[in-house]
Amino acid sequence: MSVRRSVWIVIGVGLTVSLLLAGVVSYYASSSPDGLNKVAEDLGFASDAKDSATSSSPLAGYEASGVEHDRLAVGLAGVAGVLLTAALAFGLFLWLGRRNRGATADEPTHTPVA
Amino acid sequence: MHIPDGFVDAPVSIAAGVVAIGGVGLALKRASRELDDRTAPMAGLVAVYIFAVQMLNFPVAAGTSGHLLGGALAAILVGPATGILAVSVVLIVQALMFADGGLSALGLNIVNMAFVTVLVAWPVFRGLAKVLPRTKSAWMGASFVAGLLSVPAAALAFTAEYAIGGTGTFSVTSVLAAMVGTHVFIGVGEGIITALTVGAVLAARPDLVLGVRDLLPKPTLRPAAQGSSTGPAASPTPSPAEVEGGQP
Repeated sequence: MSVRRSVWIVIGVGLTVSLLLAGVVSYYASSSPDGLNKVAEDLGFASDAKDSATSSSPLAGYEASGVEHDRLAVGLAGVAGVLLTAALAFGLFLWLGRRNRGATADEPTHTPVA
Repeated sequence: MHIPDGFVDAPVSIAAGVVAIGGVGLALKRASRELDDRTAPMAGLVAVYIFAVQMLNFPVAAGTSGHLLGGALAAILVGPATGILAVSVVLIVQALMFADGGLSALGLNIVNMAFVTVLVAWPVFRGLAKVLPRTKSAWMGASFVAGLLSVPAAALAFTAEYAIGGTGTFSVTSVLAAMVGTHVFIGVGEGIITALTVGAVLAARPDLVLGVRDLLPKPTLRPAAQGSSTGPAASPTPSPAEVEGGQP
C-alpha cells in the first residue's frame, strides 16, 4: 500500500473521531467558565467583555440558532464547525503542500515494495 | 482562554494584530519545509481535531473549566510553522463563526494560543525527545510536559498584554497569580490530551509524528544483503591492482 493512501486511512479515522467529539460528546462538556473567564469574574473585570461583532452568527456560542433541542443545537454547531475547519484547513495545507512539491520535488513519496 | 473584546485596549490589540499577521506570514513561508505528502493532510486533520476537542471543556478546580489549546499537539504532529497555521485557522473560524474570542482580540488570541504555545512546546518537546530514550512512552512523556508548560506560558502572555493594555484597574500581581495558578491545572489536562493523542498516532503510524520522524529507526532502503555479499567489488574506489592493470 502506498504511504499516501495509508495516511488517508489515519485521516479518515481522525475525522470520524472529531465529528463524534464535536457532534455528540461536546454536549457533555463542562459549562463552568474557563480559566480566563473565571479569573475575570473573581477579580471583577468580567463585565468589561463586550459582545463579539459576530454574536449574531447562526453558530454563535456553539449553538445552532433556531434549533430548540439543546443536544441537537450543540451537536449541529459542532458538526458545522468541523466541516468549516476541515474545508479551510485541508484547502490551505494541501495547496501549500502541492506548491511546495512543485518547488522541491526531491523526496520520494512511495516506499519501495519489499 | 479566548480573550473577548473589551478586556484589552485598542493600541495593544492592534499591535498584537500586527504581530499576528507578521507571524502567520512567516509561518506560511516556513511551513513549506514541513509540508509533504504526509504532513499536509495531517495538518488538516490536526486543525479539525483541535476545533473538536476545544469544545470539550473539562472541569478543573472550583467551578472552573479548561479546554485544550492545541499548540503543543499541533507542533509535535506537524511541525512548529504548520502547527501555528493549524491553530490560527481554528481561532479564525471560532472568532468569525462562533463568536468565541473577540474580533478585535483575534490578534491577541493568535499570539497567545498559536505562537506562544507552539514556541514553548516545540523546543521543550524536541529537547526532551533528543535526550530521552527513543521509545513511545518517552515521547508521550515529552508530549505531556510540552503541553503542560504551554498553557501557563499562554496565561503569562495574557497577563503581560493585560498589564500593558488592560481596560480594568487591577494589580498585575493578582492577575498574574490568578492566571498562572489556574492555568497550571488546565495545563495538566492539556498535557494528558496531548500525550494520549500523540501516543495514538505513534501506535498507528509513528512516521506521521513530525516531531520524532528523524529519531525513528531508518527503514533500510539500501539493499543490505547485496552490499555485504559483493564485498570489495562494490567499493567506490577501484583497488590499486585494477588501476595499475589498466595502464599500458
